[in-house]
Amino acid sequence: MTSATLIRRADLDFLLLDWLGADRLAEVPRFSDINRETLTALLDLSETVASRHFLPHYKTADMEEPTLDEGGVHILPEIGVALSAYAEAGLFGQSFAHEHGGMQLPLTVAAASFAHFLAANIATAAYPMLTVANARLLTTFGGEALIDALARPQIEGRYFGTMCLSEPQAGSSLADITTRAVVDGEDGLGRRYRLTGNKMWISGGDQDASENICHLVLAKIPGEGEKLVPGTTGISLFAVPKTLVVPGDFAGERNDVVVAGLNHKMGYRGTANCLLNFGEGQRHRPGGASGAVGYLVGAPGHGLAIMFMMMNEARLQVGLGAAMLAYRSHRLSVAYAGERAQGRPRGATPDMRPIPIIAHADVKRMLLAQKAYAEGSLALVLYCFHLADLAEAADDLEARQLLDLLTPVAKTWSSEWGLAASDIAIQIHGGYGYTRDFDVEQLYRDNRLNPIHEGTTGIQAIDFVGRKLIRDKGEAFTLLLSRIDATIARAAASAVLAEPGRVLNMARGAVADMAQTLVADPTGTGALDNATAVLSAFGHLVAGWLWLDQALAAEAARDRLPASLVDGKVATARYFAAYELPKIPGWLSPLRAAPHLLSEVRAELF
Amino acid sequence: MKILVPVKRVVDYNVKVRVKSDGSGVELANVKMSMNPFDEIAVEEALRLKEAGKATEVIAVSIGPAQASETLRTALAMGADRGILVKVDGVVEPLAVAKILKGVVGEEAPGLVILGKQAIDDDCNQTGQMLAALLGWPQGTFASKVVVEDGGVAVTREIDGGLQTVKLNGPAIVTTDLRLNEPRYASLPNIMKAKKKPIAEKTPADYGVDVAPRLTVLSTAEPAGRKAGVKVGSVAELVAKLKDEAGVI
Repeated sequence: MTSATLIRRADLDFLLLDWLGADRLAEVPRFSDINRETLTALLDLSETVASRHFLPHYKTADMEEPTLDEGGVHILPEIGVALSAYAEAGLFGQSFAHEHGGMQLPLTVAAASFAHFLAANIATAAYPMLTVANARLLTTFGGEALIDALARPQIEGRYFGTMCLSEPQAGSSLADITTRAVVDGEDGLGRRYRLTGNKMWISGGDQDASENICHLVLAKIPGEGEKLVPGTTGISLFAVPKTLVVPGDFAGERNDVVVAGLNHKMGYRGTANCLLNFGEGQRHRPGGASGAVGYLVGAPGHGLAIMFMMMNEARLQVGLGAAMLAYRSHRLSVAYAGERAQGRPRGATPDMRPIPIIAHADVKRMLLAQKAYAEGSLALVLYCFHLADLAEAADDLEARQLLDLLTPVAKTWSSEWGLAASDIAIQIHGGYGYTRDFDVEQLYRDNRLNPIHEGTTGIQAIDFVGRKLIRDKGEAFTLLLSRIDATIARAAASAVLAEPGRVLNMARGAVADMAQTLVADPTGTGALDNATAVLSAFGHLVAGWLWLDQALAAEAARDRLPASLVDGKVATARYFAAYELPKIPGWLSPLRAAPHLLSEVRAELF
Repeated sequence: MKILVPVKRVVDYNVKVRVKSDGSGVELANVKMSMNPFDEIAVEEALRLKEAGKATEVIAVSIGPAQASETLRTALAMGADRGILVKVDGVVEPLAVAKILKGVVGEEAPGLVILGKQAIDDDCNQTGQMLAALLGWPQGTFASKVVVEDGGVAVTREIDGGLQTVKLNGPAIVTTDLRLNEPRYASLPNIMKAKKKPIAEKTPADYGVDVAPRLTVLSTAEPAGRKAGVKVGSVAELVAKLKDEAGVI
């Protein structure tokens, strides 16, 4: 297994440099340290660490799941070794500010680095992903003491982080959480609370690879009469370390956080996923009392809003993970299809040697679809990270609007269609793909999580239609259309890309038309009932646009790019227009033909 | 004591090298380039000697096109203190490299020059030996162990019959073999720090060296593909084939 299956440098260089122009981020003062040479060195480093330390235990971590005993959760030792190597390479801190001990690199660049680790071993990469998002939240909303005590050790890769939102009875519906936080005084780390409750689906909830764990926990502070405020407005956010730290009062004591059980998952098995009990008051009683000690982050009642910041980054990371699993599924499929000889060309004599299956039209159909989904997702997610850099560091308001609009799209399109790419990989491998001797079945199982976590596809769709289209009155959407139109205009001048441009223009018309109707009359179109279909149509429009844009950028740089890369981008843009964009009218059709069908069907009917 | 480490920019070891269609050489366009792996081992050894207090400064030198500065930057990110780029476009043969290095040695006066035993592009395995000859210095080639002692260096060499240890009086030339060490990779903070380390730019003329090639490449071709084998019916037939057809016994 060579690192070439993780990500081809030419693909990444094209997206970052020729297409996004990420090296121009150096013009933003915050990113003045970045240049092409640094970028190459960082990507080389990422490739080395990922292929040397993450890839080799991809299968082992799937077969040897985490275990739980009295001492807590134990994960495969290789995972700890890999994460130490990741920390020693200084990769936890790449996108943090200098003042917090980071390297102050753009998120786009950090994402390109992280892509290698997601491709190599997504379950091991989940630990740094959560840790970085956790530390970013603390550096943004936490006080100095909390940053020093809990964020810095995460930026150094000594502590790992988690996010604790769901409860056994409240997953997508966070308004219904019942974890309580009661005031317990004040110490060197700020306002101290005692938490009681259960948190479900906590990735990295416990493990034996890091010195300590920082949980970020959503809980409600009881109001009058000890009652919890209904809805999301009563939710606050707390930093809850596994082992209490200085300068808090109970430094060194084990916090009252206990692993109640491990979840046994279909994929992502190297990531220990736990049910955590906060405030059992039996095994650990910090300061002699029950209740998990937690420190308030931000203002009371702002918990969900703050958590959404972490969630937004996590949604893009999920999209990136899905893209990279799809990408690796695709590269393995290309390699297999090039070696596996089956069948002969039409009209061949039986004594002819069989040809590699990559020569068959139907296999090319599958490989093109994979390429469209895998490289399309990667382009979409990197585009969003680039928007995030422009929004955060350059105060680009348009970038902010587009990022808000596209975040649920990047998460959902990548995870739905990335999974399709992993599914196709099994089909291309045939019976062999269905065995555990090849990686593609595991890539599929790993990728199956991505449409679920950090908000399911259904939740993303409601966020997209409800907030990003209707509440926004289509403003950001109009801005996006102007960018799509600019690409279509450029394509009109190209001999090979004018036709895909024309098809994209039709798709653009259909989606824009529907968006206008839907914003004007959400009820009449059953907008929220049909949100997933709307998001599917919109996602394909955006992907089709980015494919055309990539192909134009590749054509423009033809003289300095490998010919196979340019031709591949153009062929896939044409494929997308011919095979994928025509799906859009199918998704939009029910909004006119049967807008209320879903709400009218009675539950008893099933 | 200063240590001088020459580093060469070569086609990355992961790249499948292809011959140009006109046979004029190998394809270098759009090909990933990186530091010669034997030179990485040389840099690592120099850094370990510095970390052990046996050396005071590690200077990396590269002879090549402007992009060779990236290779120097890699050495700096690993931990070398400063770099020297001797800019030359086109092919530089080992003798010219050795002559330029002699000039650099004259300016820098290192106690040790550690080179890779060969570069993985042309596999010449000549530069270190030529440099030793030009300088009149002792050489320890194919090193699998290097111990700096009072006034000299003990080099354990990998030779056909096993290991041979030679003691050299300094200053000396050492060339590295694969098993000498496992080179570190540069961490991100060190990559960022390396941007501020100095790289001096020179030309062969600064050392009075004429780099014009003295060898002529007649042609470059892919090795012949493997041919299908044959099954033999008996040991006797095998022996006969080896003797008569292959002519190996």
